[in-house]
Amino acid sequence: MMQEGLDDGPDFLSEEDRGPRAVNVDLQTDATLQVDISDALSERDKVKFTVHTKSTLPNFKQNEFSVVRQHEEFIWLHDSFVENEEYAGFIIPPAPPRPDFDASREKLQKLGEGEGSMTKEEFTKMKQELEAEYLAIFKKTVAMHEVFLCRVAAHPVLRKDLNFHVFLEYNQDLSVRGKNKKEKLEDFFKNVVKSADGVIVSGVKDVDDFFEHEKTFLLEYHNRVKDASAKSDRMIRSHKSAADDINRIASTLYTLGTQDSTDVCKFFLKVSELFEKTRKIEARVAADEDLKLADLLKYYLRESQAAKDLLYRRGRALVDYENANKALDKARAKNKDVLQAETTQQVCCQKFEKISESAKQELIDFKTRRVAAFRKNLVELAELELKHAKGNLQLLQSCLAVLKGDT
Amino acid sequence: GINTKSACDGMNAYMAYKVTTKTSLNLFNRNEFTVKRRFSDFLGLHSKLASKYLHIGYIVPPAPEKSIVGMTKVKVGKEDLSSAEFVEKRRSALERYLMRTVNHPALLKDPDVIQFLESTELPRAVSTQALSGAGILRMVNKAAEAVNKMTIKMNESDAWFEEKQQQFENLDVQLRKLHASVESLVCHRKELSVNTASFAKSAAMLGNSEDHTALSRALSQLAEVEEKIDQLHQEQAYADFYLFSELLGDYVRLITAGVFDHRMKTWSKWQDAQVMLQRKREAEAKLQYANKPDKLQQAKEEIKEWEAKVQQGERDFEQISKNIRREVGRFEKQRVKDFKVVIIKYLESLVHTQQQLIKYWEAFLPEAKAIA
Repeated sequence: MMQEGLDDGPDFLSEEDRGPRAVNVDLQTDATLQVDISDALSERDKVKFTVHTKSTLPNFKQNEFSVVRQHEEFIWLHDSFVENEEYAGFIIPPAPPRPDFDASREKLQKLGEGEGSMTKEEFTKMKQELEAEYLAIFKKTVAMHEVFLCRVAAHPVLRKDLNFHVFLEYNQDLSVRGKNKKEKLEDFFKNVVKSADGVIVSGVKDVDDFFEHEKTFLLEYHNRVKDASAKSDRMIRSHKSAADDINRIASTLYTLGTQDSTDVCKFFLKVSELFEKTRKIEARVAADEDLKLADLLKYYLRESQAAKDLLYRRGRALVDYENANKALDKARAKNKDVLQAETTQQVCCQKFEKISESAKQELIDFKTRRVAAFRKNLVELAELELKHAKGNLQLLQSCLAVLKGDT
Repeated sequence: GINTKSACDGMNAYMAYKVTTKTSLNLFNRNEFTVKRRFSDFLGLHSKLASKYLHIGYIVPPAPEKSIVGMTKVKVGKEDLSSAEFVEKRRSALERYLMRTVNHPALLKDPDVIQFLESTELPRAVSTQALSGAGILRMVNKAAEAVNKMTIKMNESDAWFEEKQQQFENLDVQLRKLHASVESLVCHRKELSVNTASFAKSAAMLGNSEDHTALSRALSQLAEVEEKIDQLHQEQAYADFYLFSELLGDYVRLITAGVFDHRMKTWSKWQDAQVMLQRKREAEAKLQYANKPDKLQQAKEEIKEWEAKVQQGERDFEQISKNIRREVGRFEKQRVKDFKVVIIKYLESLVHTQQQLIKYWEAFLPEAKAIA
């Protein structure tokens, strides 16, 4: 019942939310291909994204067009990149996480059940907040899906991928739901992760200093980003809880203040109003920290994993190359199937060198992107924290002036 | 005015509290003096005051709680009743108790109070087990129950009392709610402090492994900022608790001190006396025809006795009603003052926190911009 009360209408995104939202990635928008999510619709158990493309490339039938896509179709696209041998030397842009409204829905449901046990004001207030929370989660998932598409569109090779074009242009359902291999791939990688780290840092020191450094760096960095991401989430959750407490305090003070019109009650009303306002600011602070800090860390957790995957693939190619060398030596020694062994060895060599070359560039780009994203978000974080602290300060000071003046 | 400060000395097996009084009042022999008191001494003082004044309608400040758990069972994270925290909470509670007591114009003049503040030696309080705040509360509640069980329909001729009682009940409910919310805030603030410190460490580690120099430095700075903010949160939690939460707890206990119940008891005593008097008169009337001069004489004496009791009962009732009116008036004025003072102090602590936050982030911003 509660869910029907939510805004299921199409125009969920306000004007200011339209346009590229590349939150965690500082990408140059290129006129030849621009992709964004212009709209989104939240239905009972799925989200429908309107993917909007503007392009001057000849591959497309029109210069501007839109299609509707769901989360599974993004995953299908991502997996097709991962499975493509040609892209083994790239950092595959990480897939956006599944939209998860379960927690929010549960809270709204609980609220509906507990409607009888609170005053009308309390109920309306809490409903508004939970709806705001739902909206915030919604905006985030839109942003994350958009960032994925923008990364693909900005990549010199991936942007030409045929599946990508089909994804952008084909205005029918891509029918990928049943064939979704995402979970399978995740499991595969989970099992492989242990051995993957092993392959990446195998005892053999890499001839190339660059990669030797990158291996060490990425492994450590990934773990630390993971830790920082978890800790930032916890910190922000506490912040939100504290803001909720202030909300309850404000409500109770309001009730106290409305019991009669004596001086003490007027006093309570003023303080209640103050707490209501500071609570809103505190909630905003938590929300901004979430966007600028927590989301940044989460994103780079995924990106650093994708970079590790690249190193893993290179590691595998190296192993294959080394094995092919050994096989060639053996064949020459026995003088049997030498030609075949030579061909295999050459193929492995080329594959390894191709991956190495593009991997180097990809990793350098990764660093550039990472530094730019952190800079942007840390600056914005600091600016927002300052803005809110100053706002809070002003509120408190003016309320204090009033209260002190009344004595 | 009176200033009461306390400091703690750990001595032997018990804690002694230094009570320092600064005064210009003539009630006291000197202008400034310090005595040492134990927790049981405070309870003893309270029990004396309660026995003297509660039943005539004075709102006697309730004794400080023996156990620190307080009104609600909110777990304050890993509730470390480390001795330092425990002692501080107790010291603060004792100080507030004394301040409330001496702020009461009648109690201030009470010889027991003066003795408590002044004399170097105090006779040891006898058996204070049942006399802590909770103990008194239990006694009062039992009395109240007994009163309620006697189906007394007290015709409240005075609408003022009915209204006030209702108001006090409402106030009690709201204050308890408020108290619970503030305790929850304290708890979450402490949690926030812990989690911020944890994040700070994590950010420092991340900064260490970041191989871009400027970004690495910025991340380390971020870690430092968060560490300082964690300190801020801790201090704020401290303020939340001492200023706000404890005040609310005190008031909840104050309101439940049960003056209204005493008035009911007084009233019922008066009614009983009237009933008794009536019976004695009936008995005497019967004896008029019984020709038992001794018994008749006794009956007349008993009538006089009960007439006096009825008069006394009426006077007592009027007196307690008058006292309660005055006490409630004083309580309401005091309440406004108390809350105002505390809330202003609390808001000032919030102001300080915001000012510090601004300082920290302003220092960080150029570092973030310097990432190239």
